[in-house]
Amino acid sequence: MSEQDIIISIRNLWKIYRVGQVDVPALRGANLDVYRGEFVAVVGPSGSGKSTMFHIIGGLTPATSGTVIVNGRDITRMTDAERTRMRRTQVGFVFQKYNLLPTLTAYDNIAIARHIATGRADLEPEFMEVLELLGIAHRLHHKPSALSGGEQQRVAIARAIVNHPAILLADEPTGNLDSVNSQAVLRVLKDLNRRLGQTILMITHDMEVASWADRIVHMRDGQILDWETSRPVPAVRSGSETNTEEPN
Amino acid sequence: MINKLVFENLKHRPVRTALGIVAIGVQVTMMLTVVGLSEGMLEDAARRARGTGADIWVRPPGSALIGFSSAPMPEKIVEFFEKQPHVQVAVGNVVHPIGGVNTVTGVDYEKFVRMCGGLTFLEGGPFRERFDIIVDERYARQNHLRVGDKVRLLNHEWRVAGIVEPGKLARLLVRRDVLQELTGNTGKISQVLIKLDDPSRTEQVIQELKRKLPDYQIYSIEEFTSLFTVSNVPGLQAFINVIIGLSVVVGFLVVFLSLYTAVLERTREIGILKALGASRGYILSILLRETVVLVLAGSILGILGSYGSRWVVMTLVPASLTQKIVPHWWPLATAIALGGALIGASYPGWKAANQDAIEALAYE
Repeated sequence: MSEQDIIISIRNLWKIYRVGQVDVPALRGANLDVYRGEFVAVVGPSGSGKSTMFHIIGGLTPATSGTVIVNGRDITRMTDAERTRMRRTQVGFVFQKYNLLPTLTAYDNIAIARHIATGRADLEPEFMEVLELLGIAHRLHHKPSALSGGEQQRVAIARAIVNHPAILLADEPTGNLDSVNSQAVLRVLKDLNRRLGQTILMITHDMEVASWADRIVHMRDGQILDWETSRPVPAVRSGSETNTEEPN
Repeated sequence: MINKLVFENLKHRPVRTALGIVAIGVQVTMMLTVVGLSEGMLEDAARRARGTGADIWVRPPGSALIGFSSAPMPEKIVEFFEKQPHVQVAVGNVVHPIGGVNTVTGVDYEKFVRMCGGLTFLEGGPFRERFDIIVDERYARQNHLRVGDKVRLLNHEWRVAGIVEPGKLARLLVRRDVLQELTGNTGKISQVLIKLDDPSRTEQVIQELKRKLPDYQIYSIEEFTSLFTVSNVPGLQAFINVIIGLSVVVGFLVVFLSLYTAVLERTREIGILKALGASRGYILSILLRETVVLVLAGSILGILGSYGSRWVVMTLVPASLTQKIVPHWWPLATAIALGGALIGASYPGWKAANQDAIEALAYE
């Protein structure tokens, strides 16, 4: 695959949180490339920095230093308002806890994402096929409280892709589901990736879940590890050492 | 879509929504009741003044428009007025407060009847005995009085001699000499009403009277009744402003508390909207629209409430209070309520709009 096919390019990404008087680094110079149309799983233990990286790629929080290029735009140089606009069309989120608005029906939960992005609340006619694919077309007029966990997560997936985002970010999408519903959700993600070419970056701590992805990358101590050497992936793929010095 | 979300949010917490609407309704009712009472009482007083048939109204020097001071003018001044050219009849009255905003008026009955063309009796008739009282129909209704009933006023029992149609001079009429004696104002009066043989000469007569009695307040009836406005009554405008100020504070607190708890409860939902790319303005507009809906619903309730308060005042309160429905104040009261509510919504709205998306999504 060529460089033009890279849809997410992370270089030397640092994120340091200030807790009281102490600086706590969550990311320590992480490097990662994700190609257009890839289904990548990021696996790592708790505290490895997966969620922080997820939030930075999604534009929910700024990086401390480094670059994150999503679909050709460096989001680390964006203002808060620019990242907000970016989230509308470039990124779709799927969360562990579904995060549907409890007062709206499934249809309106999907439509509000479209409304925020485009100002229009009607779904495209062809999107109904996607809803069929997701198996929720007949449940659209129910509120989240009337849907099973699996159905709620599929509604959340529909909401995440309604604006045709460049990337779909899924944070432990099966974390709240039983095995049957987990399989169904993962099958949906796989279908979206294969049939629609949707790029997916999924975070999980479960290797069985990660095995549904095309590629698995591991994280530890705020860095992406090389699968073969278990050493941090270098910033430049030619093999130069990654910069692990803390930013000023 | 935002409107749908707003209505669903309001429906989702029906008790809180209802309480918010009721509180704003009470606020609007308070404003409309105070203004309605002020305007109603003044209009009623003006209507009763016009109902006397007088062309000229004379008040003592330095007296306030609405004053309950009893009788600072000498009774003999009535004779002076009667001797003036074009004066057909002059009536000197004594007005004495009997508690609250109520007064009792002592009249020279024969002369007053000549001036006003007669009282319309619904029951009973004129004074027959010394402690007879004539009341108007509203006072009788509010106090459940019939002819022959006893009324205790000024430490005396009065017999209801007649019940008349309202709209002429006063709600309670007694014999002037009796009231003068009871209140220690023998030979003194509070006001003089003058009827001319030719009303078109009113201005000319007034000028002549003012020349002769420069210290006295002498008005044509039109001028006198036009003075019955809120701004002409000392302290009334300030009182209304205080009530409106309190209403704004109530509205501010209600909406502040309601939206503050709503924002706390909906922290995660705000995080969801932010994750979807909702701007600060989008989130703020949801809360502001909720505020506007609460205020509009509350205002409608408040307007209906003013009809309720009017019924209570006019029916159940045994006082000569008159409350007017004031439609010209509906938009103003709504705007004032909206102003207070928007101030109340501003901090919760700001808090919601600036919430950190990640923290909000992690909120349990």
